[in-house]
Amino acid sequence: MNALKNIRWRHYINYIVIGIFTLVFAIITLTGGRLDSSLLFMLEKVAISIVLAVSLSIVVGFLGELSLGHAGFMCVGAYIGGKVAAVLEPSLGNTALNVLVCLVIGGVVAALCGVIIGIPALRLRGDYLAIVTLAFGEIVRSLFQNSSDESFGGTIGLETPRYTKQYLFIIAFLMVLLTLLVVQNFIRSKHGRAVTAIRDNEIAARASGINVTKYKLLAFTISAFFAGIAGVLYSFSNYRVQSANFGYNYSIEILVMVVLGGMGNINGAIISAALITYLDSKLATVLTGDLAVLQNLIYALILIVIVIYNNAPGLKNFRDRYNLTVLLKKIFKHKEDPARRTDDAAKWDVVPTKIEMNEILSIDVKPQDLSSDKPTKGGDK
Amino acid sequence: MELVLSTLVNSLSLGGIYAMIALGYTMVYGIAKMLNFAHGDIIMVGAYAIYVFMALNNPILAILLSVLFCLLLGITIERVAYRPLRGASPLAVLITAIGVSYLLQSLAQIVFGSASKMVTVYEFGAIKIFGVTLQVSTLVTMAVAIVVMIALTLFVKLTRTGRAMIAVSEDRGAAQLMGINVNRIITITFAIGSSLAALAGLFYLLKAPSVSSTLGAMPGIKAFTAAVIGGIGSIPGAMLGGLLLGFVECVATKITAIAPYTDAIEFSILIIILLVRPTGFLGKKRREKV
Repeated sequence: MNALKNIRWRHYINYIVIGIFTLVFAIITLTGGRLDSSLLFMLEKVAISIVLAVSLSIVVGFLGELSLGHAGFMCVGAYIGGKVAAVLEPSLGNTALNVLVCLVIGGVVAALCGVIIGIPALRLRGDYLAIVTLAFGEIVRSLFQNSSDESFGGTIGLETPRYTKQYLFIIAFLMVLLTLLVVQNFIRSKHGRAVTAIRDNEIAARASGINVTKYKLLAFTISAFFAGIAGVLYSFSNYRVQSANFGYNYSIEILVMVVLGGMGNINGAIISAALITYLDSKLATVLTGDLAVLQNLIYALILIVIVIYNNAPGLKNFRDRYNLTVLLKKIFKHKEDPARRTDDAAKWDVVPTKIEMNEILSIDVKPQDLSSDKPTKGGDK
Repeated sequence: MELVLSTLVNSLSLGGIYAMIALGYTMVYGIAKMLNFAHGDIIMVGAYAIYVFMALNNPILAILLSVLFCLLLGITIERVAYRPLRGASPLAVLITAIGVSYLLQSLAQIVFGSASKMVTVYEFGAIKIFGVTLQVSTLVTMAVAIVVMIALTLFVKLTRTGRAMIAVSEDRGAAQLMGINVNRIITITFAIGSSLAALAGLFYLLKAPSVSSTLGAMPGIKAFTAAVIGGIGSIPGAMLGGLLLGFVECVATKITAIAPYTDAIEFSILIIILLVRPTGFLGKKRREKV
């Protein structure tokens, strides 16, 4: 019993929720229930978005740098994964092993790109990293776009073999769990604390003996690796990989997921990734033609409003008064046991007569202050 | 000979446009210490503003109004989006700037639709110099860019406000103690940068008479590349970087084998410069202090 109590459930709640979620759908499909193909596609998309958002949140949320080339890393993963899958298909067939090999290769190649881009950019101030990653995304896109038809399909895109649609989402959600496992353990490890220390004060971190470049590069590479994995999943989930889909706008969309979820909050990133992906495809059917831009307008407003609200020094008082924690407290206040409330006003509510009130006050005030450090409080009673 | 001369003039004119945009970036970066992502989109707003004000049938008036509009827009953006975040982490400012850039693009698309609009500001025609046919608009662009750059250099070097700008970029705290109104200087910087962007929008219209909501995105990023190549925060550096980038682009598009990779080449130059000489050609190395 004690062992169960000692587990920090807070740390595992997201694995459990996602695990149960996956299990439910997996059981439905494995026992022969055929899910709607649009639902399956949605599940895959949600899983891919979660992997992307969580991996970007390492860089943006924990390292405190901005990467605008996340879609570029994804693009590398998608093309390399798709190509490897096509090459391996005759020998391995459409098996889970094929998918696994592709995932590893796609992820590793994307991570290598991350190292190559990270080395020049991470030695400099944050703004450079943003612009270099943006440039990287554009370079990757134009390289794939202008590739010959035999290699990567040029402007038409690369046709990818499709893994049995029915089960792909299970692999995708297993990848989500893997991403969470790696990212959360990384963040909670010594290395992760070094990374957050760099975010909070780079000079102080350096002075404490943290190898800043190494840790920046490490965080950046892990992030690129998982972006590559998301890309491979994308290439399996779609018939065709087209470089035009991995533009700047897609990087911004991933950034919106991270910002909306709260920077440095992985569970928030997961929820907002799922939410935005779902709303995206629902909105896409409603907003057509010129109205489709409204979606971008909403993204832009989310970025501006949330960031200003969370960071503006002048809004600190406002922020302390009106935030989610306070709001939740207000909502759930009624359900709380009134006797457990600590402020004086609460006491007035429960106490029927004034005499009792005095008694409660005289008992309550003193021991509360003393109980923690002085064991002799019994003497007062 | 003909090819050399026309490439030279074209690259000077394109480089002039890049240099003007890069000036806006570099000044804002030097003084407000932030990367104004929305700068490129102000080019687009400037071009749309000319499209709207051309209804008055007076090109000069349209250009002036467009510059004025962008100037006010720049000040407003600074006031509403960037000033509340002064003193916050650079990441927050950067994300807000991206948000503003995205906002301008989507607003333009909502107002004007996604199809590009045709605008003919003025037909300059072409002239022959040494037997080479050159577009007059190219020459005008080149001339205006050079004049603007000289004027701006003189402004920063000689006037009181200009020197206050240098002071703020050197050390904001010390400048404030010397009685410089830092907020005012930053506002002026945004105003100058945005009006330069509006002029760049005009030159894009002279080059190709159509405007769409993504007109400014790519030139904006490239001009930032130019600013980094020249050394960010340095005004002559921005000019040098702009001209260099214009030259590279013009030459690359002339050679058919590498023409599709022009953008990739320009961005690769950025990465190489950052690897070899992170401060750019003319940038000063600055020590970070606690």
